[in-house]
Amino acid sequence: MYRIVEQERLTPEAVRLRIEAPRIARRRQAGQFVVIRVDEKGERIPLTIVGSDPEAGTITLVVQEVGTSTRKLGRLRAGEAILDLTGPLGRPTEVKKWGRVACLAGGIGTAEVLPVVEAVRAAGNTTLAIVGARTRELLILEDEMRAAADGLYITTDDGSYGRHGVVTDVLLDLINDGAVPDRVYAIGPVPMMKAVADLTRPYGIPTEISLNALMVDGTGMCGCCRVTVGGETKFTCVDGPDFDAHQVDFDELVQRQKIYLGQEKRSLEEYEKCAGGCRR
Amino acid sequence: MKTPRQKMAEQDPQERIANFDEVPYGYTPEQAQAEAARCLQCQKAPCRAGCPVEIDIPAFILAIREGDFAAAREKLLETNSLPAVCGRVCPQEDQCEKVCVLAKKGDPVAIGTLERFAADWKDGEEADPEAGSAPEKAKVAVIGAGPAGLTAAADLARMGYRVTIFEALHRPGGVLVYGIPEFRLPKAIVFEEVEKVKKMGVELELNQVVGATLSVEELFDSGFEAVFVGTGAGLPRFMGIPGENLNGVYSANEYLTRVNLMKAFRFPEYDTPVIRGEKVCVIGGGNVAMDSARTALRLGAEEVTIVYRRSRAEAPARVEEVHHAEQEGVIFKFLTLPLKYLDDGNGWIRGMECQGMELGEPDDSGRRRPVPVPGTEFTIDCDLAVVAIGNDPNPLLPRALPELELGWKGTIVADPETGAASVPGVFAGGDIATGAATVIEAMGAGKKAARGIDRYLSARKS
Ligand SMILES: Cc1cc2nc3c(=O)[nH]c(=O)nc-3n(C[C@H](O)[C@H](O)[C@H](O)COP(=O)(O)OP(=O)(O)OC[C@H]3O[C@@H](n4cnc5c(N)ncnc54)[C@H](O)[C@@H]3O)c2cc1C
Ligand SMILES: Cc1cc2nc3c(=O)[nH]c(=O)nc-3n(C[C@H](O)[C@H](O)[C@H](O)COP(=O)(O)OP(=O)(O)OC[C@H]3O[C@@H](n4cnc5c(N)ncnc54)[C@H](O)[C@@H]3O)c2cc1C
Ligand code: SF4
Ligand code: SF4
Ligand code: FES
Repeated sequence: MYRIVEQERLTPEAVRLRIEAPRIARRRQAGQFVVIRVDEKGERIPLTIVGSDPEAGTITLVVQEVGTSTRKLGRLRAGEAILDLTGPLGRPTEVKKWGRVACLAGGIGTAEVLPVVEAVRAAGNTTLAIVGARTRELLILEDEMRAAADGLYITTDDGSYGRHGVVTDVLLDLINDGAVPDRVYAIGPVPMMKAVADLTRPYGIPTEISLNALMVDGTGMCGCCRVTVGGETKFTCVDGPDFDAHQVDFDELVQRQKIYLGQEKRSLEEYEKCAGGCRR
Repeated sequence: MKTPRQKMAEQDPQERIANFDEVPYGYTPEQAQAEAARCLQCQKAPCRAGCPVEIDIPAFILAIREGDFAAAREKLLETNSLPAVCGRVCPQEDQCEKVCVLAKKGDPVAIGTLERFAADWKDGEEADPEAGSAPEKAKVAVIGAGPAGLTAAADLARMGYRVTIFEALHRPGGVLVYGIPEFRLPKAIVFEEVEKVKKMGVELELNQVVGATLSVEELFDSGFEAVFVGTGAGLPRFMGIPGENLNGVYSANEYLTRVNLMKAFRFPEYDTPVIRGEKVCVIGGGNVAMDSARTALRLGAEEVTIVYRRSRAEAPARVEEVHHAEQEGVIFKFLTLPLKYLDDGNGWIRGMECQGMELGEPDDSGRRRPVPVPGTEFTIDCDLAVVAIGNDPNPLLPRALPELELGWKGTIVADPETGAASVPGVFAGGDIATGAATVIEAMGAGKKAARGIDRYLSARKS
């Protein structure tokens, strides 16, 4: 069992959890994730390690509640525990001194990009964070991001906060102003990452993205997470999750994310029917 | 008059394809005693040489004949930590039974089924398996809780070592829990046997991916004096043909893991979903293919076809498994090679383009090589395909310990007698050292490595 030492609601659909996992806290690097199973009947789902405190032996996760597993997580309180948690999985994000690096994120990706922003900046890069949310209420981790990056740009789809628009608008402006980044990193929904890839490709800006393929074991054993990158099949959990954005087959990724749509909906209906009580 | 070899009663094929309950029921006590009486109690007992975990076969069979089933079980547990598992999935026809003297003139003694009977025997007090008094010897780490790791751990604990197993998944058992289906090996049986190993003093740490959660170096630094690697062959092979990443194409590992480990057959009570195909194609000819096909039937498929590029004679699956699959209505298409998976226009599989094959000259494995017959292309409709063409050694641990000498396809090179790998203090055995093989061979390797580790550590002490 992995005890939750702190729980904080960030938005109506996202929570932050600090969880005891001393070995993972010691070893994790930016870009890595854990696979968790909330309870005996739960599925195994991947979540990015957003931060860690090696001294206290804890890691931080930020969860967006979209389906059964993440809703179950969202209901847990400090003092309660997660049944299984394993990691750190995946290859760490490549971090070098490149010069100017722009890190883009959309939605829950803001949490996932935070450790990358920290690592990239610690390596001596001028690091710009460009984060987008649908609306102001859903924007997360603004203070943390401001502290971590050399510069922070915020966009909202509805213009309720920051710039009215999407993150690629900001990146395009930077490029047009001659402030072309030496490297771009992006995490978010697939359409957003695809838009970033399409924007940077003609300028030849090296662009890495973190892919959110469906997973089961997270250790290379099942092949559920396979994606096509540069015409080759890769397993996201062990070969990634970071890949060269210009090589990724996005259409296939989108397609594969839909495999269980019907069943996910059914699972959530069953779960919500008894408000999480009767199925444990 | 001679007694014939006793047959186990089985669940009716029509009934069993609608459930995940075990297929054979096992012997009744009467049957077991009748079968045990067939054993000649040979002086030299050639059967024993066929058993990698060194069971005293005539002795346990004698106990069954005498009606002392608890004693038979104790006899098994002296050398085999997982008898209820072995009695079910050991390919006994290629092991002990193959060399039983009775096999020369007729049916060998049903050693495997007798083992299953005795291992399952519940009456009388269950003596706790003895640990070599209070463990006081060195600390040994075992990586992977599959048959190889569990056997090595149990044997080392018996010798008095303090053993901790580190397992990547949330359950111990390796392929026994994530691969082999419930109807062939009930998971409750695996867990009972694992509990016995724990009672011997073996510590089990789940959710620990060695190479990620902690390193081999850290294990040595924290006082473990030897490490046994039993991480198995868990990397699924694909054929690299077009359409392989379409929705509805699974590796057998993913399909079976969802159903067995994650209990997707009880979705939505359990959260993990699985695609339930109506027309299912399974590619391959081994036990894994049979397990996948029979699983698909139980998940409600109307038609399940096994597509295998060689002929029935070359299929590596156990005869019993092929027989069970046929009884249940699985269709076999031998000498057939998939060329590509067909897209339904929405990213889902709608069928498979295949080619007919014929057998040519024998290849390295001694089996006749299948060669394509031009002009025999045809299409099979299906809405689910399961690729069961084999697994390669799990690369996670070798990647994390680059000094390790690796062999063909990334196996860890280990001395077959002692398990010693190229790095001092590191031993390996089971599928990670041999490539995908069998439960009993993995257990045999675990046993030998336990002795190898004992010799290594004893030599270091003196
Ligand atoms: C490497 C990696 C890191 C991740 N990190 C985080 C994180 O830090 N925080 C976080 O909230 N989520 C993260 N995710 C996504 C998270 O794993 C999924 O949201 C979760 O598995 C959904 O499970 P569920 O049962 O709640 O929802 P489901 O019922 O499985 O799905 C609900 C909805 O979400 C969609 N969905 C499911 N899985 C994914 C996915 N992998 N990517 C995109 N959409 C998906 C479904 O298509 C469906 O529309 C990460 C995914 C990966 C692969
Ligand atoms: C579907 C299927 C059916 C089969 N049927 C039969 C049968 O009927 N009879 C038979 O004899 N054989 C059968 N086999 C083969 C048999 O199961 C294997 O040969 C045997 O399980 C190998 O044992 P092992 O201990 O070497 O590895 P495994 O059983 O693969 O166990 C390895 C364990 O190590 C863990 N691990 C891997 N990497 C790490 C790491 N880095 N850190 C920590 N833990 C790790 C894995 O999670 C796993 O639990 C079958 C195989 C499959 C897939
Ligand atoms: S473990 Fe296998 S080889 Fe040994 S006696 Fe049992 S069935 Fe025979
Ligand atoms: S060889 Fe056959 S008959 Fe002889 S002891 Fe072994 S099992 Fe019995
Ligand atoms: S999640 Fe199973 S191989 Fe990546």
